[in-house]
Amino acid sequence: MAVITVERKPLTFAERTYLPQIAGGLKTTLKHFFAPNDTLEYPEQRPAIPPGYRGVPTLVYDPHGREKCVSCQLCEFVCPPKAIRITPGEIPAADASAHVEKRPQEFEIDMLRCIYCGLCQEVCPEEAIWLQNQYSTTGYTRADFVNNKQKLYELGGTLPDPHLKWDKKLAAEQHGNAH
Amino acid sequence: MSTIAEYYFGLPLLLRMVLQGTAVILVLFPAAAACSMAERKISAWIQGRPGPNRTVAPFLAWIPGISILRNLGLFQLAADGGKFTFKEDPVPGHVNKFYFILAPIVSMIPALTTVAVVPLGAYISNGQLLPIILADVDVGLLAVFAVSSLGVYSIILAGWASNSKYPFLGSVRASAQLVSYELSMTLSVLPVFLWINAPGEHGTLNLFDVVQKQSGTGFAWDSVWFAAYMPVSAFIFLVALFAETNRQPFDMPESEADLVGGFHTEYGAFKWSLFFVAEYCHMIVGSGVFCLLFLGGWNPLPGLPLALLADWLGIAGVPLLTGLLGIGIFAGKVASFIFFFMWVRWTLPRFRYDQVMNIGWKKLLPLAIANLVFYALAIAVIQK
Repeated sequence: MAVITVERKPLTFAERTYLPQIAGGLKTTLKHFFAPNDTLEYPEQRPAIPPGYRGVPTLVYDPHGREKCVSCQLCEFVCPPKAIRITPGEIPAADASAHVEKRPQEFEIDMLRCIYCGLCQEVCPEEAIWLQNQYSTTGYTRADFVNNKQKLYELGGTLPDPHLKWDKKLAAEQHGNAH
Repeated sequence: MSTIAEYYFGLPLLLRMVLQGTAVILVLFPAAAACSMAERKISAWIQGRPGPNRTVAPFLAWIPGISILRNLGLFQLAADGGKFTFKEDPVPGHVNKFYFILAPIVSMIPALTTVAVVPLGAYISNGQLLPIILADVDVGLLAVFAVSSLGVYSIILAGWASNSKYPFLGSVRASAQLVSYELSMTLSVLPVFLWINAPGEHGTLNLFDVVQKQSGTGFAWDSVWFAAYMPVSAFIFLVALFAETNRQPFDMPESEADLVGGFHTEYGAFKWSLFFVAEYCHMIVGSGVFCLLFLGGWNPLPGLPLALLADWLGIAGVPLLTGLLGIGIFAGKVASFIFFFMWVRWTLPRFRYDQVMNIGWKKLLPLAIANLVFYALAIAVIQK
């Protein structure tokens, strides 16, 4: 390996007086003085959320208003900080989506435990749990930070998902070609 | 109007002086406090932030246009002032109580005293230009130097009374620094006074007379400000002024990176804010002195003295308006100078302590002496 000797020039007289450098620095700061701010006025202005952002985990409905979650509890199982607690429940036979068999009776995500890793979203076979754009959670008590089922659906809304897997399955069953 | 004036001039001289002094302090103290907000805003703008802009008094929030004041941080300033005044003011157990409490008071006294001999403007009465000044004394600048250098005692007192190593180091640095730069500062203004005091005339160190020598009209010799005649003097004075007011890049006594908070580490609340305000008072008075010595005081432009401008505006016969004009121009110059101070602060990093001493003794002092010798010879030749 060749050694390159860097020539270290002694400081010139102008450099030793500091003055040209000071003038240069003043020019730079003056430029910034008149430049527009780099900051956001936060609560009023919100940052643009990039696609794929992992905010607060939420539950979603399908376009027909059915809860997508079938309470398989995979997310509860995979959740590294054990933030998710699901109480599974059966869907009564009178319900329109009785063929889905199960939905969560209660679904709680403790936002004080959640680490926003997105594993729940990744593992969900029903695409029912999504980390969405909300990034700011506030509350006065520990209980305020536990999102229950109702809150999760409020945050989640409807997923415009055209697959409607369970409707297709029901139709197939009714045509007699259930697997 | 005239009855008020008559009543006022009928008061005993001493009472009038007290009233005038109080009036000046009542302007200077809030102005110094406002500098702290200016500092925060300027630092914010330089760093691409909006700065403090949220505080507003709730009972004023409905006024349209109040958001301009809010965005300038005016109410934040009031809130800060209120906080410093009313919050608990602890005295640590290990300090020397008497001197600990004395130090901030001592810091305020020279800061507010120097302004007495600094003309704040000028007015025209019966065709004659007169200074607006609390004490029109011939020692002028010498008094400024003498009193303002007392400011270092407050820092020494604070550092020593705090009975703690960082404040002590800060105060030791401060005393060394102030003494070093005072020499250069004094030497740098001597050429100005050599020039305005011709031999055989009535000698003076009065700052008003310095401005009078920069008040020529048109292309006369004396219409050029001294900053152009004596750039090296002005430069040395400026650098020394930064050092004397403990401003970046010379803020050795505070250098919070290595000394926690410097001499005021142990201080909080109102006592701390007194140190703060005193520093800004020094800055304001120092800027004022610089403007008077080198930048033509209340003359709006070189070759355009105040009297001429007042003539053009047609207010030369009204002393009050000419006075306000003079004060306005002078205050504008001082304000832009304060801006320069802050601009430099948010641009430059701090010098190391050995660099400060090096610059002070090995660079600035010889330069000041050479400058003095050069101008002494030059003035001797010119004024012969």
